[in-house]
Amino acid sequence: MRPDILNRGYSPGTKVLFAIIRMFSGHPLPDAAKLVFYRPRFYGAAARKFTHEAMRGPSAWSVADRELMAAFVSKVNDSAFCVGAHTATAGQAYQDRAKVQAVLADLESAPVEDGLRATLRMLGKLTREGKVSAEDMREVLSAGVSPQQVADALAVCAAFNTTGRLADAFGFQLLSPGEFEAGAKVLLKRGYR
Amino acid sequence: MADGDKKRAAHQALVDRVLNGEGKTSQEQRAQAFSDADVPAPLQALISKVATRPAQVTDADFAAAKAAGFSEDQLFELVIAAAVGQSARLYEAGLAALAEATSTGKAG
Repeated sequence: MRPDILNRGYSPGTKVLFAIIRMFSGHPLPDAAKLVFYRPRFYGAAARKFTHEAMRGPSAWSVADRELMAAFVSKVNDSAFCVGAHTATAGQAYQDRAKVQAVLADLESAPVEDGLRATLRMLGKLTREGKVSAEDMREVLSAGVSPQQVADALAVCAAFNTTGRLADAFGFQLLSPGEFEAGAKVLLKRGYR
Repeated sequence: MADGDKKRAAHQALVDRVLNGEGKTSQEQRAQAFSDADVPAPLQALISKVATRPAQVTDADFAAAKAAGFSEDQLFELVIAAAVGQSARLYEAGLAALAEATSTGKAG
């Protein structure tokens, strides 16, 4: 990662924790997980809490749907690390990797429900253009999505517009497909806390 | 919207921590990075890329900021402020459009 302090600036206790995780999992901790341990009072602690609430808190959206939104927003931002991580996580959560790949390849022709498609379209526009209109929102609502679901999707969008930006700015190291799958398992088991 | 409020509240806590929590940059510096406005010249490329085209951030952007005297810990804080700031604007814009769409009675 850059700056270098994100590679070596952790407290002694945190370094021990990283070593233990590495020993038990057989993998070094991914940079996304490391970052939230760097001076956690500045960012990591509050970020984990918000991300967990958005991704795993109560919602009419399934965990799989929210992981797909995370992958989709990351795709729009061209954030390779987050695309890899959340494509794997959504694929496992749906138990359907092809569906996730189809959405990322071409949302309009992908085999998803209209409400989810309309929501992803709106999140894409918001992420790309920085704004959406009331008319855009009405289209989502008329596809059968509740206002609460729209608000929940916006929280996912906020979480991954933050994480994706940091992944690219701090240069998170990309993982192998196997490592992304292993990370996805952890995210589905433990969430983001 | 109880659950939505909980997500909002957790987001607000994050924004508040990043803008006002203990740090090695001033609140003014963090506010500038957060809003991607009035950022000092040596930081401008880095902060504006984080806000608008993060995939284009390079080592040279960090090097330029460090050469101007910013420490790595300060850059850690300001990059985070920029990322959280852009995301907060998107969140607000989305919620405002949703509120407008639901208040007109046409849907929802």
